Order: sequence, then structure tokens, then C-alpha cells
Amino acid sequence: MTSNEDQDGAIARGARDDPWTRLRRFTPARIALGRAGGSLPTRALLEFGAAHAGARDAVHHPLDAGPLLEGLAARGLGQLSVASAAGDRPTYLCRPDLGRRLDQDSSASLEAWRAASDGDPPDLVLVLADGLSALAIERHALPLIDALLPVLGDLRLGPVVVARQARVALGDEVGALLAARQVVVLIGERPGLSSPDSLGLYLTHAPRPGRTDAERNCISNVRPEGLAYVDAARRLAFLIRGARELGVSGIALKDDSATLPVGQVGSDGDPAKPAD
Amino acid sequence: MGFSASIGMRCFHFEDLRTLLAKAAPARSGDALAGVAAESELERVAARMALADLPLRHFLEEAVIPYEADEITRLIVDSHDATAFAVISSLTVGEFREYLLADETDAAPLQRLAAGITPEMAAAVSKLMRNQDLILVAAKCNVVTRFRNTLGLPGHLAVRLQPNHPTDDPKGVAASMLDGLLYGCGDAVIGINPAGDNLPSIISLLRLIDDFLVRYEVPTQSCVLTHVTNTLRAIECGAPVDLVFQSIGGSEQTNRSFGIDLALLAEARAAAQSLGRGTLGDNLMYFETGQGSALSANAHGGVDQQTLEARAYAVARAFSPLLVNTVVGFIGPEYLYDGKQIIRAGLEDHFCGKLLGLPMGCDVCYTNHAEADQDDMDSLLTLLGVAGVNFIMGVPGADDVMLNYQRTSFHDAAYLRRVLGKRCAPEFERWLIDSGIADSTGRLLPPDARQALLQLAASL
Repeated sequence: MTSNEDQDGAIARGARDDPWTRLRRFTPARIALGRAGGSLPTRALLEFGAAHAGARDAVHHPLDAGPLLEGLAARGLGQLSVASAAGDRPTYLCRPDLGRRLDQDSSASLEAWRAASDGDPPDLVLVLADGLSALAIERHALPLIDALLPVLGDLRLGPVVVARQARVALGDEVGALLAARQVVVLIGERPGLSSPDSLGLYLTHAPRPGRTDAERNCISNVRPEGLAYVDAARRLAFLIRGARELGVSGIALKDDSATLPVGQVGSDGDPAKPAD
Repeated sequence: MGFSASIGMRCFHFEDLRTLLAKAAPARSGDALAGVAAESELERVAARMALADLPLRHFLEEAVIPYEADEITRLIVDSHDATAFAVISSLTVGEFREYLLADETDAAPLQRLAAGITPEMAAAVSKLMRNQDLILVAAKCNVVTRFRNTLGLPGHLAVRLQPNHPTDDPKGVAASMLDGLLYGCGDAVIGINPAGDNLPSIISLLRLIDDFLVRYEVPTQSCVLTHVTNTLRAIECGAPVDLVFQSIGGSEQTNRSFGIDLALLAEARAAAQSLGRGTLGDNLMYFETGQGSALSANAHGGVDQQTLEARAYAVARAFSPLLVNTVVGFIGPEYLYDGKQIIRAGLEDHFCGKLLGLPMGCDVCYTNHAEADQDDMDSLLTLLGVAGVNFIMGVPGADDVMLNYQRTSFHDAAYLRRVLGKRCAPEFERWLIDSGIADSTGRLLPPDARQALLQLAASL
């Protein structure tokens, strides 16, 4: 036996498998990866690299609004495009305060829409926000809307607002300018290694600048591999009705629509904000 | 009043101590977001010059958060040890840096000095230090703590085994726990971040780990990282609580946003101590901190995030903790933008904590929206190993599937132990050898089917 070989010869290729791979069925954690010395085998190294690359690309992927606007038009929904005061992605990442405010052109265009619209203000405005993953909006916003519209009842829906470089609280200003009774922000959540396109839904009743996270309700991890569109839509509709009846959203509003928990908000599209 | 310094023809003025400290801090996005950072590189260096000339005594006269308004300030002032301070009482901050670097200043004097140093003094001197200074001085500080094993001995590196699972599934937790133990990790603590705050599920997790530790006679401690009030309730319910966990910050207002104050921490510590579960010692508090938590809670009061972080260590040291963990990159790029800022912050936190006498570990971590990657984490991990960090985190494959960010892995721990010749906690190392997991030099052995843990893995 040479120094580069053991009883079963497993070391001939340098790396050694871990003989507890059957435990992988119990957890999505990256267990039983094997080792080369004490270090990662090449395959595991590259798989991690691919997952991180997917998450990084998702963070920096600019929202392609064209197909989204066409899709909204095809559904007969009104639409407006806005941008936050964070002009680009580096600014957006460093300055969450700017991502919560509209830029001047955007607030002017929302004011103009409101001034031009006769009739009662909308019951509900949907905001499609890129957040930390525009992929989430591109992939899941329209399917979620398709699941939501049939269960909304006879609510007066305002124009759908597509927002760039947006944080959750941008919906407060949008909702206030459109005089909406409620706003729901559909936003790309912070990508995890295995979830580059997770969508979050944030409901705020009587939106206006200065609302706190405690005054919102959140449904997280909406995507085919997570919470299914129809389930998310059903729970959102339940919360929308509940907030209308109660006159508030947030902590006071409990979700009894299902046994699955509805999260309170951590921060800015990031309900996974750690407790530690 | 105030402070000033001139560079060439330009004179810079700083109106008070908190402003001076903030402007002297190395650049980081959180201070810019809070509006307290230096406005130019030159102003930053001028602030450091003014700070270098400031007598350490001044820190006993001017608080960065008023004494009347903040119980952390009161704790810092009221617990200051004037006798320990006497050695350095005539020094300026700049001279203090040189004193710390001097060859004569080794482990024993540093240990005696710790109670005479306030967090603001530690933060101030760190702002004058380069990374190598932070490493050199921290490496001279030994902070040893004990519960069921001995942590922090020179030449040793412990690991918190973190078997998180998205739904707290017992088999899922057990699978990750076995994975970590078979990689020689878990001597600092086996600590789970639970997915929920539900008391019955917290208690069942505590029992799961405790039963395992008892059955396999593993000399380590367990923790479920939930709010201190939940841990108190778990103790009341008779759950096997080893360590009391809590996130803490550097201002009273930050801690209030966490739902805690000093009295509550004291109550929880007393409750856990009454269980008498430590076999070698009674260090049983486990604190986590991280730059940016005060700003995140709108509670920074014009103080820079690193000074606030150091003030959190004053809270920690009032309770003789087993473990203090700075979770360095966990909030995101609005606080620490990139790998450079995360690395600097990790070294600062470790240095300040050690100088103040704390058993510092570091959660070397980053989110996917930070400008950082595994290479940056390797750099910080290696630097902290050289600096003598007491413990690091270990999650399977560096991927925390519960909290959705990257932390260090069992493989990372194996790397660091190998490249720096670091050992596990001695009692734990003995157990690894007896269990056939590692050899007497600490290297992982080829898996042997007769190992008790492998048999458990096969039957789970």
C-alpha cells in the first residue's frame, strides 16, 4: 500500500466519497459531499460555483419590461412604468432609502394619471418590482396575476405599475399617489443558492410613505418549486379581504386561510433576514 | 470644543467624539448610509490624526451616547476598572496602538488590561490600525472559556456545527449534525437556527441534540438560537438548556428593538446557571453581534457602526459568555459593500472583542447581493485563523439552507486546521480519536463502517 492509496483504493482519484449519502434524502443541505484531503471535491466545488453564479446573475439581471407590459396589455390591464430614485444597481444595493422613493418623473406621471382619471380611486394597485431578482418578476408575475384575478372578486383594480430598482416600501408612495385603498407589491426576493427567482408578495392597507414593515403582510417564496401560484393567490386574496374588513394590514391581521405560516416582514423583500 | 487636524493647508474640524470616531473609520457603506462617514479620504486621515493625539482619559469624560439616555453607556462607565486602566492612563490613542504592538505587551498584561479598556477606546485604536496590526494584537490575546469542554486555548480552533433545516425536521437536523461531527466539527457548540419560534418545536430540538450528546458521550454543548424569552420559557418547561443565546447591539435602543435589556439577560443567565449543566465551567451565554444592526433598527444615534459594535461587546462581557460571534456579512451590501469591507470588519470585530476580553468567534459570511465570493471568505477565514479566532461556523457545504446565505463549511474548518496546524478543543479531540473519526494529529481518518456514528447514519 503506497501513501496515495488505502485499503479500498478509493484514493486513486484523490477524492474520497462519504459513506452517508443516503442521509441526503432528509435535507436539502449540502451534506456527504466527499473530500479531497479535507477539502471539497472538484464536482462539489463547481456545483456550488454554479449556484452562486445563478444567484449573482439574478441580482444584476436588469428587468426586461417589454414582455411584461405586453402580457398585461393582453389581459386588458392598465399599466404604468416607474423607477425609484436609485438610478442604477450599485446605488440600489447601497442605498435602500433611495429604492423606497420614486424619481421625479415617475411621481409626476403617477400624479398625472390620477388627475386624468375620473371616477372613484382604485381598491387595489399591483406593483411589479424588480427588487433583488428581476428574474422572479419576469417568470412569476404574470402567472401569479392569472391565478389572482379570478379570486379577487369585484375589486376595482388600478393600473399595474412596473417598478425598477424598487424596494417594498416604494409601493407606499405609488399607492398614495394613485389614491389606492390597498397596494400589493410583487417583488424579487434576495436570491439564495437554490432559489434565484423567488417572488415575495407584500400587502399594505391604506398605503402612504412612512408605513412600517409591521404594517404589512408578506407571502414569501412564491415559485413553482416553492409556494405554488394558486396557493399564493388564494392566501393573498384572503389577506386582501381581511385587511379591507379590519381596516388595517400587518401584525393585527392573521392569516387563517391555510396552515402554512404567513411571515411578518423582515426588511425590504428579505423576509429571510436572519434572527442572528 | 471639538477636535481638529491640519493636512498641508487644509484644516479639518470635528465637533465631538462620536463625529471624530465616525470620520476616522475605514470606508464602509453603512456609515455612508447613516450619513456619518468622512466626506473625503483626506478628511478620514485628518480624523485619524486628531484621534491619534487624543488622550485615552478623554474617553472617560465624553460619551458617544449620553449616560442618562442609555443603559449601555451606564454599564460601560460604571463598570470601568480604574486600576487596570492606570497602566495606559497617560497614553494617547496613537501611543496606545504602539503599546499594544510592543513586544513586551504579551498575553498576561493584555489580560490584566482588558477591564480598563472601554469599547470606545478599543474602537478608536482599531481605526488607527492596519489589518496586520489587528491580527498581531488579537493573536496575543488569549481568552479561554469552559462549559463541557475548553475553548480558546492557544493553537486551537473550534467550530459551531450548525445543522439548520428549512422546516426543523428532526431527521434533517440529525443528518447535518452527523455530517458535521464526521468532519470533526461541533466543539464550540451544536447550535441550530430554528425555522420558527414555536416553543414545542424548540424544546424538541433541544431534546434531540441533548439525547444525542448524552448517548454518544460527546463533550460539547447544545443551543437553539431563539429569543431569550423563548429560552426562559423552555427552561421553565424543564427543557435541557445548555447555552442561552441572544443577539445584542451597542445601544439601549437597539437592544430594545431586539426585545431585550440588561435585566432580562441577567435573568436568563441566572435561570440557565441554576440548571448546573456545565461540567468544566459555567460560561453559558452565547451572543451574536454584527456591524449595522443599530442602523438597521434606526438606533445608531450618529455613532459609526464599528464603534456601536464594540459597545455591544460591553454588553457581552458583563455576562462572562462562552461564545461571542460576530456575524460579519449577514445584513447585506448597504452595511458592508464588498469583500474588502467584510474582511476589514471581521478583523476589527475580532480584535476589539479580544482586547475587551471576549471569546470571539466569527461567522465569515456573505449574502448573494454583496460584492463578495468564496475567495473573499477564504481570505478572511485565513486571516482570522492567524489572528487566533476562538471559533468559526460550520454548515454543510457553506450553504445555509434555512437563512439563505453562505457561511463557512466543515471543509473550510478542515482546511484552516490543516494549514495552520490548529487543534480541536482538547476534550472534543479525545472524543474524535476514541470514536475513530480523527487520528492523534487531528486528521480525519478514512470512514470505518464500525464507527458508531456511521451505524447511526445507516439506521436513521
